[in-house]
Parts: sequence; structure tokens; C-alpha cells
Amino acid sequence: MRLLVLIINRLLWFFPTILGLMVITFTISHVIPADPVAFVAGDNATNEQIEALRAQLGLDRPMHVQLFHYILNLARGDFGVSLYTLRPISEDLASRLPATMELTIVSVLVSTLIGVPLGVISAIRRNSFLDHVVRVFTVSGLAIASFWFAILLQLFFAMELDWTPLQGRTSGWGPEHVTGFFLVDSLLSWDLSELRAAALHLILPVTTLAFPAMATIVRFTRAGVLNAMNSNYVLYEEAMGFPKRVIIWKYILRNALIGTVTQIGLIFGILIAGAVVVEAVFDWPGLGYYAVQSIIQSDYNAIMGFTFVTGVLFIIVNLLVDIAQIFIDPREA
Amino acid sequence: MTTDLLNVSDLRVSFATDTGVARVLDKVNFSIRRGEIVGLVGESGCGKTTLARAILGVLPVNSARIDGGRIQFQSENLLEMPSERLSKEVRGRTITFIPQDPFSSFNPVFTIGSQITDLMRWKSPLRNTQGLTRGSPWWSLRRYEKQRFKADRARVLELLRAVQLPDPEAILRKYPHEISGGQRQRLMIAQALLPEPQLIIADEPTTALDVTIQAQILKLLRQLAHDRDIAVLFTTHDLGTTYEICDRITVMYAGQEMESATASDFFNRPSHPYTQKLLESLPRDKERIQGIPGDIPTLISPPTGCRFHPRCDRADKTCADTRPAAKSIWTNHTVRCYHPNTDPEVHRELINQPYPDP
Repeated sequence: MRLLVLIINRLLWFFPTILGLMVITFTISHVIPADPVAFVAGDNATNEQIEALRAQLGLDRPMHVQLFHYILNLARGDFGVSLYTLRPISEDLASRLPATMELTIVSVLVSTLIGVPLGVISAIRRNSFLDHVVRVFTVSGLAIASFWFAILLQLFFAMELDWTPLQGRTSGWGPEHVTGFFLVDSLLSWDLSELRAAALHLILPVTTLAFPAMATIVRFTRAGVLNAMNSNYVLYEEAMGFPKRVIIWKYILRNALIGTVTQIGLIFGILIAGAVVVEAVFDWPGLGYYAVQSIIQSDYNAIMGFTFVTGVLFIIVNLLVDIAQIFIDPREA
Repeated sequence: MTTDLLNVSDLRVSFATDTGVARVLDKVNFSIRRGEIVGLVGESGCGKTTLARAILGVLPVNSARIDGGRIQFQSENLLEMPSERLSKEVRGRTITFIPQDPFSSFNPVFTIGSQITDLMRWKSPLRNTQGLTRGSPWWSLRRYEKQRFKADRARVLELLRAVQLPDPEAILRKYPHEISGGQRQRLMIAQALLPEPQLIIADEPTTALDVTIQAQILKLLRQLAHDRDIAVLFTTHDLGTTYEICDRITVMYAGQEMESATASDFFNRPSHPYTQKLLESLPRDKERIQGIPGDIPTLISPPTGCRFHPRCDRADKTCADTRPAAKSIWTNHTVRCYHPNTDPEVHRELINQPYPDP
């Protein structure tokens, strides 16, 4: 019941949220002093030719009219075309989305699978040597700039040790396209050399993305576990002689995860933002790299398309997190 | 005294606090016989809960320290028992616990049924603990034979009916927040009885409940414990409730036990000056409540000797020097005081004043 209310509520909020996001992004991208039309028209174009092209692209109209038309087209599922390549934005997005999704999903999995146990152990051995190491580790995870960390990883693991590829998603053509997720596709076509290549190419970018995400997860899990350890129900479970590991890994952990799961939703957003930098460094053919290119070139439709897709993704992920919350914590239901 | 089920002797516990070391228990002596219900009475902060938690071995690890003494249970000193054995064979098996606050003592994210199932998985009297040793793999913890589960479940349902919970099957499917406080405390009583323990430690089990429900719960606890010959250590700051359910009462003040007597003796022949003051301070009809002059001492630098001496009108120099030893003044009535009041006249006067209904 509560689940249904939540979903309907989110759907109702979906449209105003996305609309607001589009209006803000549209305004910002259009007011920055850049003239992509002049650039597209080329160095030899005369002023008349530039203005003609501008009129042809509809960029000569007042901004609110342009915005209105953009939203109208978007509502019909039309993202427009790129100013430079004239390819439909929807095609660009569709081909790049899986690359970014694969990167972020693997990063979330890695950071959760390492971060949660680390947070628990750090909390139960509070103020031990291990706890201090973990805390230094998490603070650095939050403090280190990801582009710097990414380049450092490249220098060491790719250039110096030659353990991992320097950049890109795969060394060959990539596995046969089904889902666009190389790990999944190579498994589907049972191409183990492609699977290995895809996994190797993921290591450095995932490390870069997962490190700060893991730091957040460790901190929240640790705090949640410490909080639960001081609770009356843990005192009761100890006084009744429940086995220690069951108290920690069943009774405490589930309570601690309530806070952690909320964080995972927010982390997902941070990861997409982080992907912009990481994809640029690792030459990863995903949305982030695409967004950087579009912003540099003021490719309006591409910027808007990227914003729309990440906005929708963020809303969906947070809805999923809230649903997970209902299953973890019955008081929510 | 070999008949004691539990015998605490000279127990000293201190807590590290921000302002210094608080000596919360100062050579406390205390005992419970088999099947006896003993009330441990005292003001807030007198060390009742600390004593209860020390017996269970669940004092806060970071701040509390046991400085000395013995906790003899059956024939063993619990303070010397390896923690592994203590947790497996004593806690939740021979000694069980009823917590102060039934609202926060259930794990909020698991159903009642799953919490009771876990309790029975490890603490059911039908469980054979032989063969389960320290090195046993993690899955052996989860092993729960079908036969035993069925038998345990039948016992659970029977006990839930015994604590007068309506529709036990439905309650097992619920989450803790879906049932009332009274129901939760009935469940706690059922859970404390399930492992068929020798001793139940009930730490202020009714403080968090409605006054109307308190009496019901206490009578239920008394009856169920007596029927099964289980001893109960019952801590409270409410003298009325001890009168209701206890066989014997021990009174504590500032980390020292002062007097111990059978329930009727305690109310009819209180002989420690503190006990008398305590009984005089009970609210009576048409009279202003009388307090005890002075303040509760700080436990960081407590008074020397008998800790009550600064507030006691019978105190002299010896009281401030050394703490009096336990003195048996009547059968089953001991007092730690150099100047106990044994004058029958004083007692008559006390008794003649009408007590409030407990």
C-alpha cells in the first residue's frame, strides 16, 4: 500500500522536477557567452551566412520561445540533432548510456561490497589500529581529487607496471552488441577474451570512481553500526547470549544499513557527476565524456539531452532506494 | 550458605567518567536462593542496574571495570568463566533477562517471530550444545533441526498463551512497533521463561509501562516464576511493587547494600536508618511528602565508611571511618549498620501510619 503511494507520489513529482531541471540547464547553457553557430559555419563564413544559419537552426528567436519549442519537442520524444554532427541526439545517448551505466553500476557494487564490511569491522574494533587505518583511508577517499587520482593510477598501473590497459573500454571491437554492457554481452556470446579485456579496462576507472563512494559508505555504515551497538536491543541480545557474530552481521547490520542505503542513492548521483571527469581521463566512450565535449562546444541539444537522461536516472535510482528502504525497515511501510 | 543460587560477594565496579572514576558498586554482598523472588530497591543511580548487568556480564566494555569480588552462580564464579562459555551456557540459558524498556529492547527491523525463533535456535532447553565448539563453522550456528523447531514452536505458543497474549500466532507475524507496550513486556517475560532458566534478572521491568498495566504484569511474572521454581532478581525504585511480588527485599544506597529482609519484615521491622527514612518518605494520605534531608553523594568522591552517614541522624565517628559488617539481627534479616533501630516502639509507630495502596 505504502509502496503504491510512494510510486504514485514520485510519478507526480517526476514532471515538475524534470521541467525545472530542463529550464535551469537551458538557461545556463544559452546565456554563457559562446557562439556555436559561428563555429559551425566555419572561418570563411560571412556575417550574413552566419545569421542565415542561425535563423535556420531557430537560434535567432527569443530564448523563452526556443525553450518552449525544445520542451514541446522533448515531450514528443524528439531530442533534436547535434549542431556539429547533425546526428540525432537520441542515437548518441543510446549508444553511450550503457558504457556509463556499466561503469557506475560496477563502481556502486564494488564500493558497497568493500565499504559495508569495512565499515562494520571498523565500528566493532573502534579505535583499534585497523579502525584508524580505515579512517585515514576514508578521509583521503573524500579529499582526493578524482582526476589527479585517475592520472596517478594510469601512471603507476598502466605505464609503470603495465598491469592494466591505459584507457578505453576494450582493446578490440568489443563483444557482439546486445545490451551494450560489455561484461554482460561477452558473457552472453561466451567470448572469454572479450570478458577479460572488458574487466581489465574497467579496473582503473572503477577504482577511481569507487574510492570516494566507498569512503562515504564506510563512514555511514560505521556510524550506523556504532549507533546500533549502543541500543537497548543489542544490550538485550547480548544479555540473552545470542552469538556475537549473529548480533553483528544480522541484527546490527540490518539496522545500520538503513542509513547506508539512502547514501547509496545519493552516491549514484555523485558517481554520474564523477564519471564526467573519469571518462575524460580514461577516454571512456560514455555519457560523461560526451557531456564534456558538448559543453566545450556549446552543443545545446546534446547538453540538454545529457541532463535529461542523468536527471531521469537519478530520480529512478532514488525511487529504487526508497523501495529498498521499505523492505529493510518495516517501520517505513 | 550453600543453598544460595546466586551469591555476590564484595563486588566492586567502577566507571570511567569525564570527571573521574565513579565507584558505583562498593563491596556489595547479595544473594538469592533457589526459586526466590528478591527485590533490589534503591534510588536512581544507586547501582541496581549496574549490579544486574554485572551478573549478566554485560557492563559497558569501554567505561566499566570490575575491581574485585565474586559472583558465585550455582557452583561457579561467573567473573572467572571464559566469556565464550558465559555467553553460550549461562546468558539466555540458566540466567535470562527482562529489560527495563520493552519499547526499545526489541530489534525494530525483524518480526517478533523471527526474534523468538533465533532465541529458541540457540537457547531452547531442547538444544544439544555438545559438539558445538569454538571452531565450528558459521553454518553450524544456523542449524536448527526440523523436529526440534516444531517442539520449540509448540512451547513458544504455549508460553505466549501463559502470559495471556491474545492470538499468539498473529503476534509472531508482527513487527515490534505493531503491538502495545504491555504486550511487548508480556513477550519479554515469555522470552525470559522459554529457556527454562534458574534465574531471571528483571531490571525495572515495569517502569516504562502504564500504572494500570504494571500490577498485572508483576503478578503474572510472580506467578509464572513461582510455578516453575525460578528465582527472580527484580530491581525497582518503587517500594510498592516490591511489596506486591517479592519474597525478600534488599535495599541499596549509593553503591552499598544496607539491609536485607523478608518482605513483611522489611516493611514491619525496618532497622537501618536509611530504610526507615525511605519508608517514612512514602506519600501518605493528607500529608506532605517528606524527603530525606541532604543530597545523594557523588560516586566519584563518595563519603568514607558507611556512605549514608552524612545524612544519618544516628551516625557517629565510627560510621565515617569504616563500613559496618553485615549483622544478622533477626532470622533472614541482616543489616549493615552500627546503630540499627530495633526498638519495637518505633516500628509500631511506623506501621500504624497507613501505607498507600501499592
